[in-house]
Amino acid sequence: MCKHFFRGLRSALTLALMLVVVPAGAQTSEQTLKEIERYRAALADGNPAELWEARGEDLWKQARGPRMVALDKCDLGLGAGIVNGAYAVLPKYFADADRVMDLESRLVYCMVNLQGFTAEQAKKDPFGGPNKKSDIEALVAFVTAASRGMKMNVTASHPKEQEYYELGKKMFFHRGGPHDFSCANCHGADNQRIRLQDLPNLLKQPAAQSAYTSWPAYRVSQGELRSFQWRLFDCFRQQRFPELIFTSDASVALTMFLAKNANGGVLSAPSIKR
Amino acid sequence: MKVRAGFVHSMGLMLIGGLVISGCAAVAEQNDSAKNAAKDAATTRAAFAMMQASFKARGQASVDRLNQDETQQLCSQYQDNPPKEIREKIEALNQKLTLFPADGVLLGDWKEGEKIAQSGVGKQFTDNPENAAGGNCYACHQLTKAEVSYGNIGPSLYNFGKVRAYAPEIAKYAYGKIYNAEAYSACSNMPRFGHSNILTPQQIKHVVALLMDPESPVNK
Repeated sequence: MCKHFFRGLRSALTLALMLVVVPAGAQTSEQTLKEIERYRAALADGNPAELWEARGEDLWKQARGPRMVALDKCDLGLGAGIVNGAYAVLPKYFADADRVMDLESRLVYCMVNLQGFTAEQAKKDPFGGPNKKSDIEALVAFVTAASRGMKMNVTASHPKEQEYYELGKKMFFHRGGPHDFSCANCHGADNQRIRLQDLPNLLKQPAAQSAYTSWPAYRVSQGELRSFQWRLFDCFRQQRFPELIFTSDASVALTMFLAKNANGGVLSAPSIKR
Repeated sequence: MKVRAGFVHSMGLMLIGGLVISGCAAVAEQNDSAKNAAKDAATTRAAFAMMQASFKARGQASVDRLNQDETQQLCSQYQDNPPKEIREKIEALNQKLTLFPADGVLLGDWKEGEKIAQSGVGKQFTDNPENAAGGNCYACHQLTKAEVSYGNIGPSLYNFGKVRAYAPEIAKYAYGKIYNAEAYSACSNMPRFGHSNILTPQQIKHVVALLMDPESPVNK
């Protein structure tokens, strides 16, 4: 694991060097994009997400919470304790909770209903930061890694699932805030960029597939593993919206819309990104 | 003759029958589209209610930012591709919301304009509202040769003033477009920088200078 960490560090240093070189030269933007591609390939060499996956596996197996039980009875959608392939079918409707849930919502549900945590305790640190580790992000890394190489297969056959898909679609086109932005303004057309950052068209395969299946991801620039809930949270920040509440209904509906649009895509998460 | 009358009679019946059937189909279609529109409106309302319960105020971003004015509502409803009459309605209502400087001066300092074009800060819940916001023009537009990190959501504005012979009416168009893009192109991706108080009129003048001053690197 140490070896991987240093490989990740080396990749990060490569990036730092490239960032210095790129703006100084009079390169064409095509050359610049090629350099970025090269950097991305270098990154794939070693992915520190493994550290989160290992911590998540420990958290999954440890007896924790007021009831001192492990999460190995947690039903993520394929039956109690089944982790392999679970992420590929989420979000889905859970009869026990009578709610459509994404992975993070379901993990919180299990922490509350199996381990006896309060909802506040379970949701206390949804995202890691300096001097703050997020148990949820580690669990997310562990569970998603167990679906690597599998195809997204969100059925959305239950009426509640279909309803969430339609609601998520509406939210995708909802323009608001001082900048009039919706998700669609950046992610509703092919081959768009903000600065040099590619923006996947989330309404169309295969861009919708490759985007969704690469989350969660280790973000080199933040030194953190980021969940899909974080991805949505930070998109809305940049959209100039108020704060998206962790595991809220809107976050799950939007995830349902995006996950179903990615059906058939092969999961590569947790991946590594700039 | 009798045969002929019978033929005409049955043709007439067929014609009437055909009209009745196509009329019924049209009514059914209208009913269907009315039903679909009602269902769509109900989904929109449910999505909005769900969003209101799923966001919380943070920093300068209060939950009322989810609320929509007529422009935002119509663009969302038509997924940013409204029919002609709605497009014209949006542009007309935003033309009324576009204010030009009372002193008639449209160009500021292009050097200040370049700083505004580079800066993406402002209006996010992590931003300090005391600080001036940027226009973040490079996020979507090419502007100068020197800056290679530019986006492509908007058209390239390189040589914007030069190729338009620095015409005064183009300066006015640039000011208006930055102030309220929806007045010129309904459901544009571009924010209404003046109308929505993202940039001050003085800041917009600086950006217009970046586009229109012959000395600006945009026109070099």
